Amino acid sequence: MSHRQPKIDTSPKVSDEVRKTTCYMCACRCGINVHMKDGKVAYIEGNRDHPVNRGVLCAKGSAGIMQHNAPSRLRAPLKRVGPRGSGEFEEISWNEALQIATDWLAPIRAENPEKLAFFTGRDQSQSFTSYWAQNFGTPNYAAHGGFCSVNMAAAGIYTMGGAFWEFGQPDWDHTKLFMIFGVAEDHDSNPIKMGIGKIKARGAKVIGVNPIRSGYNAVADEWVGITPGTDGLFILSLVHELLRSGSIDLDYLARYTNAPVLVNMDPKSPEYGLLMRDADGKTLVIDRKTGKLTPFDQPGVQPDLAASHRHAGVTHKPVMHLIAERYLDPQYAPEAVAERCGITADKIRIIAAELARVAFDEEIVLEQEWTDFRGETHKVMKGRPVAFHAMRGISAHSNGFQTCRALHMLQILLGSVEVPGGFRFKPPYPKPVSAHPKPHCKVTPGKPLDGPHLGFVQGPDDLALKDDGSPARIDKAFTWDNPMSAHGLMHMVISNAHAGDPYKIDTLFMYMANMAWNSTMNTRGVIDMLTDTDENGDYVIPHIIYSDAYSSEMVAYADLIFPDTTYLERHDCISLLDRPICEADAAADAIRWPVVEPDRDVRGFQSVLCDLGARLNLPGFVNGDGNQKYADYADYITNHERKPGIGPLSGWRMGEDGLTHGRGGPNAAQLDHYIENGGFCVQHIPEAASYYKPWNVAYQEWAVGLGIFDSPQHYIFDLYVEPLRRFQLAAEGHGERQPPDHLRERIRTTLDPLPIWYPPFEDERVNTDDFTVHALTQRPMAMYHSWGSQNVWLRQIHGHNPLYLPTKLWEANGFSDGDWARVTSAHGEITVPVAHMAALNENTVWTWNAIGKRKGAWALDKDAPETTKGFLLNHLIHELLPPKGDGLRWANSDPVTGQAAWFDLRVKIEKADAPSETQPSFAPIKSPVGHGPDHLEWKVGT
Amino acid sequence: MTQLPERTEKKLGLVIDLDTCVGCHACVVSCKGWNTENYGAPLSDQSPYGADPSGTFLNRVHSYEVQPDQGAAQLIHFPKSCLHCEDAPCVTVCPTGASYKRTEDGIVLVNETDCIGCGLCAWACPYGARELDAAEGVMKKCTLCVDRIYNENLPEEDRLPACVRTCPAGARHFGDLGDPGSEVSQLVAERGGMDLMPEQGTKPVNKYLPPRPKDEMDHIPATAGEIDVLAPLLKPVAEEPKGFIGWLDKALEKL
Amino acid sequence: MHPAPSVIIFTTLSGLGFGLLFWLGLGLPPVTGWVAFVFFAIAYALAVGGLLASTFHLGHPERALKAFTQWRTSWLSREAWTSVAALIAMALYGAGLVFFGTQWSVLGWLGAALSLLTVYSTSMIYGQLKTVPRWRTPLTPTLLLAISLAGGALLAGQITAALILLPIAAVLQVLWWVRGDNALRDSGTTMESATGLGHIGRVRAFEPPHTGTNYLLREFVHVVGRKHAIKLRVIALGLGYALPVLLLLLPFGHLIAVLAILAHLAGIAASRWLFFAEAEHVVGLYYGKR
Repeated sequence: MSHRQPKIDTSPKVSDEVRKTTCYMCACRCGINVHMKDGKVAYIEGNRDHPVNRGVLCAKGSAGIMQHNAPSRLRAPLKRVGPRGSGEFEEISWNEALQIATDWLAPIRAENPEKLAFFTGRDQSQSFTSYWAQNFGTPNYAAHGGFCSVNMAAAGIYTMGGAFWEFGQPDWDHTKLFMIFGVAEDHDSNPIKMGIGKIKARGAKVIGVNPIRSGYNAVADEWVGITPGTDGLFILSLVHELLRSGSIDLDYLARYTNAPVLVNMDPKSPEYGLLMRDADGKTLVIDRKTGKLTPFDQPGVQPDLAASHRHAGVTHKPVMHLIAERYLDPQYAPEAVAERCGITADKIRIIAAELARVAFDEEIVLEQEWTDFRGETHKVMKGRPVAFHAMRGISAHSNGFQTCRALHMLQILLGSVEVPGGFRFKPPYPKPVSAHPKPHCKVTPGKPLDGPHLGFVQGPDDLALKDDGSPARIDKAFTWDNPMSAHGLMHMVISNAHAGDPYKIDTLFMYMANMAWNSTMNTRGVIDMLTDTDENGDYVIPHIIYSDAYSSEMVAYADLIFPDTTYLERHDCISLLDRPICEADAAADAIRWPVVEPDRDVRGFQSVLCDLGARLNLPGFVNGDGNQKYADYADYITNHERKPGIGPLSGWRMGEDGLTHGRGGPNAAQLDHYIENGGFCVQHIPEAASYYKPWNVAYQEWAVGLGIFDSPQHYIFDLYVEPLRRFQLAAEGHGERQPPDHLRERIRTTLDPLPIWYPPFEDERVNTDDFTVHALTQRPMAMYHSWGSQNVWLRQIHGHNPLYLPTKLWEANGFSDGDWARVTSAHGEITVPVAHMAALNENTVWTWNAIGKRKGAWALDKDAPETTKGFLLNHLIHELLPPKGDGLRWANSDPVTGQAAWFDLRVKIEKADAPSETQPSFAPIKSPVGHGPDHLEWKVGT
Repeated sequence: MTQLPERTEKKLGLVIDLDTCVGCHACVVSCKGWNTENYGAPLSDQSPYGADPSGTFLNRVHSYEVQPDQGAAQLIHFPKSCLHCEDAPCVTVCPTGASYKRTEDGIVLVNETDCIGCGLCAWACPYGARELDAAEGVMKKCTLCVDRIYNENLPEEDRLPACVRTCPAGARHFGDLGDPGSEVSQLVAERGGMDLMPEQGTKPVNKYLPPRPKDEMDHIPATAGEIDVLAPLLKPVAEEPKGFIGWLDKALEKL
Repeated sequence: MHPAPSVIIFTTLSGLGFGLLFWLGLGLPPVTGWVAFVFFAIAYALAVGGLLASTFHLGHPERALKAFTQWRTSWLSREAWTSVAALIAMALYGAGLVFFGTQWSVLGWLGAALSLLTVYSTSMIYGQLKTVPRWRTPLTPTLLLAISLAGGALLAGQITAALILLPIAAVLQVLWWVRGDNALRDSGTTMESATGLGHIGRVRAFEPPHTGTNYLLREFVHVVGRKHAIKLRVIALGLGYALPVLLLLLPFGHLIAVLAILAHLAGIAASRWLFFAEAEHVVGLYYGKR
């Protein structure tokens, strides 16, 4: 009998319509095609035209449909009726909710705006929310950067006018050696995967530096299983080897960095360690041709890296001298660092040799003429095809800022920044630190703040201090504790507000930040602070307003809930004014728009702020007649102008001769144009402008034309960061503004203008013979923070999380499959399931981040594995370091930026009897949305 | 019908690059999404928000730790779905003819209206490629997106399996493995593409590209006896700052 | 493999039922009328009851008729045909005995052959599977046929035959176990061949694809404790084979016969539970399990 087979329809209709918008399943902001059937979301895939993801989409993105229909979605505004933390709410109208908020906030604004602390978590509309906060007049605004990766961002901006991810990317198409350090998975996730794919397809090499060999490190050709917190030491050892062998790009350093800039070397001078400047404030170099002192940027100048200069009895040496003196020191020799880093000296030397070989022996040359800022025209673009990338892994340590600085210095010494094959900036970067705003904190009752909250300080004068020297901000950002806290310190807000240090607040207003669970250190303590009452029985933090789309743990701890929409039901703009999505070859921005309308009584948070802003009569949110200025966020996106011709979106603006990109007036049809174009707008950089951007005249002209800058912003990279030195000078007793005495020594040692390494602070405070083990978390590729657990497809992939133990610990403690361990830190104790992993640094344990859930949250069953076997490491980490007997409690943060030092954690591990569920366990909270269904056969079409 | 075709015109299948797969599960979820909405019954989930969530997936990513005799352990992410075998045992055991291999392209499919849900095909498959849907009671498996790859309602560039289209790292390739000149066949030839469980005699069409050799730096001695093998690259110009500045001066002269 | 009660009941009962039909088809015992009716009723209750039980594990029992179409390649389809053919042939043959007091011998022999063929087909559903090395052996049909014949003889009161067949089945059972315990190892299928990664080093399952369970794990991965398995094997041997033989050696009595049959049934059920529960499907290797 012959083969027979049924006839099937191989061309079924795919959907009625495709609506293109931007993903929000993590922070990457990929373009998505939302396939609609009968007006419902049927399927989500990547948008092939989108600059971020080029059609691909990760697990989270593809699971968006299950987030959109999750039973955990909040349905209407909620007013707390039970005690805080009970989860007992009643649904109220929007009018009532907004009236309550107005009644709380209006008096604050009239009397003392600092009594409002407004922090917005994983907000992707910071330029809007900060504008709202600025108009309100409170100094207390930030998003979540302070507990995320501010070290990387700040170190990058201060060193070279940009960092990784949103600021720049490896030159995936040309690089021949890619070295990646610890990266949180939602930070540029698809682009990194695409890039690694490109590199692998070419057979180029990947070196992964990470204590844990998972994800990107699993595919790395070479794995460097470094000991946590020692990345900086390892990098400086590479620098030592490169300097020792002269494997640095001298031409590049002389032309494009402050390596030749002269430094005052007189210890007695009040300007000791500061850069030599002319009357206009321009830094000075010696011109090799003339031997004369000259501003660095003059036409034809060939800055000398070697020559010293004596002036008025003071010796000035080029930064290059200081670099050589510092890093040629034997303390950075591979043999000296090997044991601490957990890497053999041989391997460090081999890696240094490989970096040198690829950078210099495999130099690449693009036939592209370009002209630099000194007026010199170069026939070709020369490239050092070595690229680096790092994010949270090296950032989230108390030595993270300096470690990130070290990495930036390394790539600059190799001459691989903004060259073919190296690291490339994405518009609006490169942007020198001087072109960034400074922090503002001047409060006037009833009036807006005197300027943007966040920025980059240049020295003590820019700190956010009150006249009495006390912190102006509730999170103590921009104080002597952490002068360069460019993203604020969201992780300190609740504990400071609870302690009334530096002052008490009235209302805590938060958006999309699960501060009562996985987004905070010391979860139990924070829960207690949120529910603590004073002697009158009133809550210590009197009012808490929270906005979230979902029934997260934090909802239960608020008094008033503004239910947000899902990402498919809202307007958003991914703006060049904010955290943009540009590529190295193009500027780009994008929107979200409601591809479906909400079926619940919910509103986009930004639209709620437009309404609330008008009710509070905030200047930016009312017209002259006192009426609401922006009907909703879409109206704001379309019509707001930050300055004339510059609005949230740069595409399809109204120019003098019709529609234009970049500068132009508001266009009522702007969002329609974005929708028609697939939800985004891309403006390509001319080829002659595509590399050497900080110094490339063609790039600067293009950027000015687009409205990124008002004038060209040529600058040189700061290997030596002078603002850091200004703080050191203050600590040494110079200047008007002086740090408190207990901080002098720390400022002097840690705010070094050249990269240094010091052990993570926790190592000094705990007995490292007792707490021998480093404990880390990683973000799974298929999960974003706590959000994935409400998603039926994603929670099946990561429904619970073991603690992974290296072979040494596994065997020493006699563990076997199915065992549990008690994990103790200086702060707390957890009892959790363990599993074995051999491809792991032998003194490190780790688990997946944010899988553990509180019973009752996220519309999950109370016996969900996330609550019985899942757990958080957060219980082991305190926002303060253990006491050291000086009567002070020091923050568990980087001393430069205040970044939360999540990864400094040290623990000890013991085998434990299996409890009935992971410990500590928390009482269930009442779900305001009930539970999800007990089975699901999802199909929209018929 | 459960007799296998004598030969198929094409051998459509996947080539999965184990050297590149980062284990992100993008393919898993994209597959779940497409096949929940398309071909046959939706891929259901039991206890979706409960204590023991368990659903039907046609593609799952395993991970393995491999410990070489010397050196660091390696982690390998391992996506696995139907391999569309030439000698597909799942087809011949089917009592109803619901399982069949297509003559034109070799895709192994289940005609759900004929499936009695006996599970025998899943028993016969060594790879765990088939899952009985608990809600619908029929066998589900990878269709190689037969409703995408020929679909005239999709733009030509999208006529790919959903998992291939979405893979961020480009670790999944789709094509005709029966054509030695195809890109996938070339990849298999260049990279030593392999069969899973060849001893089972199923002749899988899908191939796996093995991971490239890793950690070669751990096997280079930086110094072989007296001879410094890194010498040409890390030859010291100076051991201390003073010497370095002298070298700097000379080196700058040469620029 | 998951020891599904429906499949254990099906194979145990129908094996016994078709075994009884085999002996009845040979005219052993030579019964007619009401006595024949009782014998046939028992045989049909077991055979058909078993077949019905087997439909409980189907996702769509209402489509069961489609299972007759693929007899060219599918042992399951062949089993459907042979079982129906055996049941029809034996029904006609039984009708002759019960209602007409006539023994249509040729029809009986045909029915007996079809009954054995049914048991063989059932056994080949398992014996054909390369994916379950413990099953993939000619010993599997041999054992299941021996059990069916021995059990049938027991039920049919063929004491001599039973006294010969039960020990044979017991020996086959032991041989099957001994071979089975090394079958996966000897099959050549390993985690290394499953993953193709053996050339790098020793392979160990790290994270499973999903933290929860799934159809494959529920259906194919069942771990029986070694002590538990040995205990069950002793019970199966004792109840299924040794005790019936001992009882048969005692002076005949109906109570003793019933005891022997019940012991046999319980022993075979235990053996059948082990047949599934101990069987390792190679897909377990992908999960680092066996």
